[in-house]
Amino acid sequence: MAGEVVLLDFWASPFAMRAKLALSEKGIAYECKEQDLLNKGPLLLQANPVHKKIPVLIHNGRSICESLIIVRYIDEVWSHVSPLLPSDPYRRSQALFWADYVEKNIYDLGKRIYVVQEDQAEAKEKLIQCLKTLETELGDKLYFGGDGIGFVDVALLPFSTWFQTYETSGNFSIQESCPKLVAWVERCREKPSVSEALPHPQKIYDFYLLFKEALGVK
Amino acid sequence: MSKAAGLLILDYWVSPFCQRVKIALNEKGLQYEDRHENDLFGGKSELLLNSNPVYQKVPVFLHDGKPVCESTIIVSYIDETWSSPPLLPPCSYGRAQARFWADYIDKKVFDATGNIWRSKEVNVEAKNEFIGILKQLEEALGDKDYFNGATFGFVDIIAIPLTCWFLAVERIGGFTVAEECPKFSSWTKRCLQRESVAKALPDPEKVYEFVLMFRKMQGID
Repeated sequence: MAGEVVLLDFWASPFAMRAKLALSEKGIAYECKEQDLLNKGPLLLQANPVHKKIPVLIHNGRSICESLIIVRYIDEVWSHVSPLLPSDPYRRSQALFWADYVEKNIYDLGKRIYVVQEDQAEAKEKLIQCLKTLETELGDKLYFGGDGIGFVDVALLPFSTWFQTYETSGNFSIQESCPKLVAWVERCREKPSVSEALPHPQKIYDFYLLFKEALGVK
Repeated sequence: MSKAAGLLILDYWVSPFCQRVKIALNEKGLQYEDRHENDLFGGKSELLLNSNPVYQKVPVFLHDGKPVCESTIIVSYIDETWSSPPLLPPCSYGRAQARFWADYIDKKVFDATGNIWRSKEVNVEAKNEFIGILKQLEEALGDKDYFNGATFGFVDIIAIPLTCWFLAVERIGGFTVAEECPKFSSWTKRCLQRESVAKALPDPEKVYEFVLMFRKMQGID
């Protein structure tokens, strides 16, 4: 079950952060191999020939691709510690639904904000709507997973490292519209397993400023 | 056939996503009520709006009144709740591979068919993209009878309903899948021989009629 664990990574990618969060929550030792996304190397191209994207988890020489699939794999293989998905099939289906909701919305809306095009205003409105919907789903729970970090927390939390970037490039405040969600972010960041796995939002913003062109900002 | 209490699917006849759920239920030998939404464009039922408030879409699967939404998630739920026969491989790596291909199919296939049948003129780029996707799936299939291996399973269920739209794509696009991707075509025929699949899928000619009607409605034709 242990064996060799390698993660093909890019430090600023919220998708790669999901894998790191899951590994960190479970206390799994792994080797992190940062990839050059502008000049993809043979290891990445061999490990993910279909999409050629990070993250890729390589466990005992076999590749697993797509961040949420990687997180599910980690959860199943290391099932005895910090389970991320509920064991009850119905509750599991609900967690999968909300993680899928995050997947369908947050990255694309965030990108539409930070590339600063004509549809930025609409994207801002939609992002706030989505985050409010997620706030409602969180309700009075400490975490989406209940008393501990769960699958939906892992799916959404990495995007919080990009909130400062969305807010600054879009000139709006997520804290103002979604205070409960921001409180959830801060609560999560207090956990060492989370603060180890996630970069500081300022670092993400600095990265954004440096690589605007590569990120699609005209 | 075993009868489990309160299984209901909110359905629309042409939706390949609804058909996935029906095939999964059929594979498990379960009886269910198939409730048709007659008008997705104007008059969605209250039950649909209440049980899927986020997307307001079919399919919705209700198990003793508790809703599960999103077809791939529903199929997973059915597999986990009624374990026989299993639709996913037993090992974690095999399951990760199955989920990867289900995700690939979800991301690529339906949109690629739409790029062909929604196009006024014959779109060569769209045709090439579509064929490319099927060829990728042929590679994933390899020499196996099914994506799942020797037995029909999860990825097969996710993929097969989409093939009902291929006749429309072939007629509008001016090519045949059998010629371009014979392996994929053989896999399709193999799946259609299964009763669980055959009774869940519509006649591709009826889907083609639906596509033509949709094109007319949208002013494409």
